[in-house]
Amino acid sequence: MNKKHVKMTVNGKTVEGDVEARTLLIHFLREDLGLTGPHIGCETSHCGACTVDLDGRSVKSCTLFAVQAENADITTVEGMAAADGTLHAIQEGFMQEHGLQCGFCTPGMIMRTHRLLQENPNPTDEEIRWGISGNLCRCTGYQNIVKAVRYAANKLNDTTREAAE
Amino acid sequence: MSDAQTMTLEEREATLGGVGTARKRKEDVRFIQGAGNYVDDVKLPGMVFGDFVRSPYAHARIKSINAEAALAVPGVKAVLTAADLKPLNLHYMPTLAGDVQAVLAEEKVLFQNQEVAFVVADDRYIASDAAELVEVDYEELPPIVDAFKAMDEGAICLREDIQGKTEGAHGLRKHDNHIFEWEIGDLEGADKALADAEVTVKELITYQRVHPSPLETCASIASMDKIKGELTVYGTFQAPHVVRTVASLLSGIPEHKIRVIAPDIGGGFGNKVGVYPGYVCSIVASIVLGIPVKWVEDRIENLSATAFARDYHMTGELAATKDGKITGLKCHVLADHGAFDACADPTKWPAGFFNICTGSYDIPVAHVSVDGVYTNKAPGGVAYRCSFRVTEAAYMIERMIDVLAQKLEMDPAELRLKNFVQPAQFPYNSALGWEYDSGDYPTAMNQMMQAVDYAGLRKEQAEQRDKVARGESRSLMGIGVAFFTEIVGAGPSRNCDILGVAMFDSCEIRVHPTGSAIARLGTKSQGQAHETTYAQILATEIGIPSEDIGIEEGDTDTAPYGLGTYGSRSTPVAGAAAARVGRKIRAKAQKIAAHLLEVAEGDLEWEIDRFKVKGLPEKEATMKEIAWAAYNNLPEGMEPGLEAVDYYDPPNMTYPFGAYLCVIDIDIDTGESAIRRFYALDDCGTRINPMVIEGQVHGGLTEAFGIAMGQEIAYDELGNVQGASLMDYFLPTAVETPIWETDFTVTPSPHHPIGAKGVGESPNVGGVPAFSNAVIDAFSHLGVKHMPMPHTAWRVWKQCQELGLTK
Repeated sequence: MNKKHVKMTVNGKTVEGDVEARTLLIHFLREDLGLTGPHIGCETSHCGACTVDLDGRSVKSCTLFAVQAENADITTVEGMAAADGTLHAIQEGFMQEHGLQCGFCTPGMIMRTHRLLQENPNPTDEEIRWGISGNLCRCTGYQNIVKAVRYAANKLNDTTREAAE
Repeated sequence: MSDAQTMTLEEREATLGGVGTARKRKEDVRFIQGAGNYVDDVKLPGMVFGDFVRSPYAHARIKSINAEAALAVPGVKAVLTAADLKPLNLHYMPTLAGDVQAVLAEEKVLFQNQEVAFVVADDRYIASDAAELVEVDYEELPPIVDAFKAMDEGAICLREDIQGKTEGAHGLRKHDNHIFEWEIGDLEGADKALADAEVTVKELITYQRVHPSPLETCASIASMDKIKGELTVYGTFQAPHVVRTVASLLSGIPEHKIRVIAPDIGGGFGNKVGVYPGYVCSIVASIVLGIPVKWVEDRIENLSATAFARDYHMTGELAATKDGKITGLKCHVLADHGAFDACADPTKWPAGFFNICTGSYDIPVAHVSVDGVYTNKAPGGVAYRCSFRVTEAAYMIERMIDVLAQKLEMDPAELRLKNFVQPAQFPYNSALGWEYDSGDYPTAMNQMMQAVDYAGLRKEQAEQRDKVARGESRSLMGIGVAFFTEIVGAGPSRNCDILGVAMFDSCEIRVHPTGSAIARLGTKSQGQAHETTYAQILATEIGIPSEDIGIEEGDTDTAPYGLGTYGSRSTPVAGAAAARVGRKIRAKAQKIAAHLLEVAEGDLEWEIDRFKVKGLPEKEATMKEIAWAAYNNLPEGMEPGLEAVDYYDPPNMTYPFGAYLCVIDIDIDTGESAIRRFYALDDCGTRINPMVIEGQVHGGLTEAFGIAMGQEIAYDELGNVQGASLMDYFLPTAVETPIWETDFTVTPSPHHPIGAKGVGESPNVGGVPAFSNAVIDAFSHLGVKHMPMPHTAWRVWKQCQELGLTK
């Protein structure tokens, strides 16, 4: 089958590859780039395990062809920790508040939280629940995920405040 | 002086991170960075992909299969059909329930989406393309969808491979579509209790077909090294060691040449206990092709072909006195097992531990019979986050108690309190043969009733009902009470085995010279935090900080043999093995300490992380020092090293219990329910990690909420599976999911080395009846005795309409 050349930025690095027009972005990320953080949990865009950040939006990467991501700027969970290994406040929040169990939904949840907290840096619990409602978790019952998001929001807000002072 | 010598006792306890600590999870570090290693993340050199051709029909004869067009697609390596597997005797595989299941359909297909052919190709897109091109010619046959019609006279025989066989794995078969009848208890006594009773109730309680649906679907990768004659299988296996044994028995490859690896598992909930055609086909394809073959299920395949749960039609009967003392129980179950009996139960228990159905109540006489039947539905029958058929049993008895309370015009909580097994009765022998290890039901129940102000809620409900009657409100209030007793931790080898292997479990530990350790166990976490909690058990036993104890599971080349993780058995069985192996280490450590301190063993006493000489508190040997000495300074004649193994065969199962309460508000005009409050009190004995326990309870309650309020794998009259995708199958999101209040009491298990009972499944077992009872309770004053699950808005609205409540 004919292949198309694609080029995009993933976690700050320029990446290129040759893909079929029908290749899903999630498969390009996982199979070609070896970024296995984003997962596949359904084929109907419901579970959100494949969520990545694309040009400032949360995107379910199983619902997008790789060719549609041409020139896009993508962040996956692998790109969240600092270069020196320091965890992102969201990652820390999930660990501190026991916001994960099997870990399969976690990369998608973290990426969705990342965008949610930029859209709304100080969400109420209800706003958090609506904000992550496109991401399913089968283990935690969400209560500790909500706490994890709030932990991250507080920490990020503190950091912003300190920087401003 | 080292830090260890200057620290206070409290600081040393904190450093230890042992039993009772809300220790943060070890496994999180990789998961939050996308560095988990699930089966589909594993990539082997030269690996190809398999995909299934599946039946569009529920029941049809296969007239021909033509794979020519598929084989002509560039990149296609092979197309396997039953004809290829038959010479290897692999077209059928044994099930855990003593039946066989078609790996690839031979003459007939028996359920929609049954596996018919396996296409192997260079990538998953090509495999999927080629699967579309395999031509299968079918002759449709009438399906049996209604379990109640399976044994009708003249009903078409579904399983022609065993037609006419009157003897099955569990005794007599009364009909070609009958699998077994299982009976326990005193039929004559139960009948007499019902005949003599002042009050009786009888109700058909159906627990619908549902699916565990973990977020990661099932998957496997088989890699046959033809030169070495070695097979490696990666897979989503809750019980990897059993998979190795089964793979050896089926393939003829010696067991030491098979390595089964269960890497990180993205949730199991029972879905990943069984052996599925996909696993077998990936293995066969790899053996045939000599290259690694990966198979990954998609969500529709997952929901429609692997591992349904429940599908029990339970007719319960209770006998009681006028003042509410239960005098007998009888229950008949019609169990819909689908096309093959692939239920994941211990061998001798075709209906699992359904005979826990006397629940938390002192019922003097009981009888249970279960008829299993074949239908044109997917096989499975797994324990979806419960011990074997325990959630069905709990649902039946907890519903029946409410039905009886209604008839007696008694409060359902009061009726429960009146019939509880009392603390002094433990160990309690139930009428259906179990020995409950420990419990204090009245304390738990009263604690729950106080916490929620039960009397206040009932008062409010009465007022709300009056308001509705007066036309001032369109909202009904329901209060659901559930008090469950689980039976987990299978099990004693005298009555529990899987395919002949006794259901023990194991732990092996090696302490390194510098005082850290590696421990391996026969279980397999799917999110339950074993790497965190087993280390806590060991830390308390051997005085080495949990941070310094690595835990490994899931690789059959390195871990000791065990029966895996399901039925809440990890803590009761492998957790016990961990405690016992720790005691073996400490016994040897004590001998070394005596040698180092030049005293007799009996002069030593244990304190957190060291031995001290009695009466001379400054003379001590820490575990760190002892570990070092184990490799260079041992008593005369002692074997060097510090390691041990323990295989634990539990003397009994454990019986966690709990008191749950749900408050629900139902909109009469839309049928929509809002969970106002959910309180869960769990008693799982000794609590190893309160944070992990709470997380398990939250998760299990959310699954129970999904089951009670929305989940169903339904079939239409042609056997088409309805809604086998996340478009239709209800997995609650954060928006619908209620807020959970948790609480606990602690009644240790008297026979478990540290008194722990297991908790992961309790919230599913107790949660479902609490939700269902709440919905039905909202209508109980209007004479409604029962409403079938799931309690969707549509069904609830229909109930409102039938009662003439809607406008």
